[in-house]
Amino acid sequence: MNTTGSKQDDAGLRFFGKVTASVTHDVKNSLATINENAGLLTDYAAMAARGKPLDPTRVDALAVRIMDQVKRADALLKSMNRFAHSIDDSLKKVDLNEILQLLAALSVRFAAMAGTTLDVRPSSEPVEIETSPFGLLNALFLCLEFTMTSAGRGRSIDLRPEKTAAGACVHFGPLPDAPISDQELCLPASIDARLVKNTEAGTLTLIISDR
Amino acid sequence: MVEKVLLVDDEKDFLEVMAERMAARGIEVSTASSATEAIRLAEKESFDAIIVDLMMPEMDGIEALKLLKKKKPETQVILLTGHATLEKGIEAMKLGAVDFLEKPADMNQLTKKIKKAHAQKMVLVEKKIEEKMKKIMGLKGW
Repeated sequence: MNTTGSKQDDAGLRFFGKVTASVTHDVKNSLATINENAGLLTDYAAMAARGKPLDPTRVDALAVRIMDQVKRADALLKSMNRFAHSIDDSLKKVDLNEILQLLAALSVRFAAMAGTTLDVRPSSEPVEIETSPFGLLNALFLCLEFTMTSAGRGRSIDLRPEKTAAGACVHFGPLPDAPISDQELCLPASIDARLVKNTEAGTLTLIISDR
Repeated sequence: MVEKVLLVDDEKDFLEVMAERMAARGIEVSTASSATEAIRLAEKESFDAIIVDLMMPEMDGIEALKLLKKKKPETQVILLTGHATLEKGIEAMKLGAVDFLEKPADMNQLTKKIKKAHAQKMVLVEKKIEEKMKKIMGLKGW
């Protein structure tokens, strides 16, 4: 029985479920706000029918709010769609800059709940690596969760990719102080990656080998 | 008598539009974008109903409900959530929430629940006053 493989599968499913639940929660919030704004429009219409003059600037402001929420929901669904498609290929060349932007977009609510903000610091050149896109996102999310939990409220989490001779790495700062369990370490191993705590630089680094 | 409501949600756009819709219905509305801020306001002022979002950073709606009921037991709390589960609903009602609603909530229904909460609070406050009066009369031997 391949217990390591099933552990990774379980971890992958949990990750997928967690992210889906979070993103759909935010989409629901957008829809609730759109619904209330539409309700407010009907309130204005009812007031106008009772003789109260309709203020065009207020209607305009409402329309802008609705459009903003539509943009927000659309961005969330785009990220969700990209995330869903990360499972399409077991091995693919990806740019870590783009992957980190996607991770940050998917993790906004998690960061907010932890009282932190995410700061992706892209490199000036693409940082390409051949790996499992979903496996990579899963491993990166693990690092992010660690860092967010340890950082404390009000902190900003830095995510910085770097090209290396053997592949690439991603630095997460500040360095989390919690120990990393063996179960959690098996996740990076599944994509030929390893986690290193760099106390000097004050970062947690995911070192990824090109496959 | 005008109902006085405190709306609590970390989604500021949602908070603003809900507040405007309630004000248009003659409800006096205060807002808080966090449970911490809500508890601070609830300690200073008296509200007929406090409508709290379930999922918020720092402190969620359930924790806020526990603290609000501890500080002011007569507080009528309505929980709002984007994803209502039976489990959370039961937990909320056991902790003393008057209702547990899923977003988007129907404004007319919500207004009716606020009026009901206002009436319920008046009953509790009157009961409290009656008990105090009885105690005073007992002490005075009247």
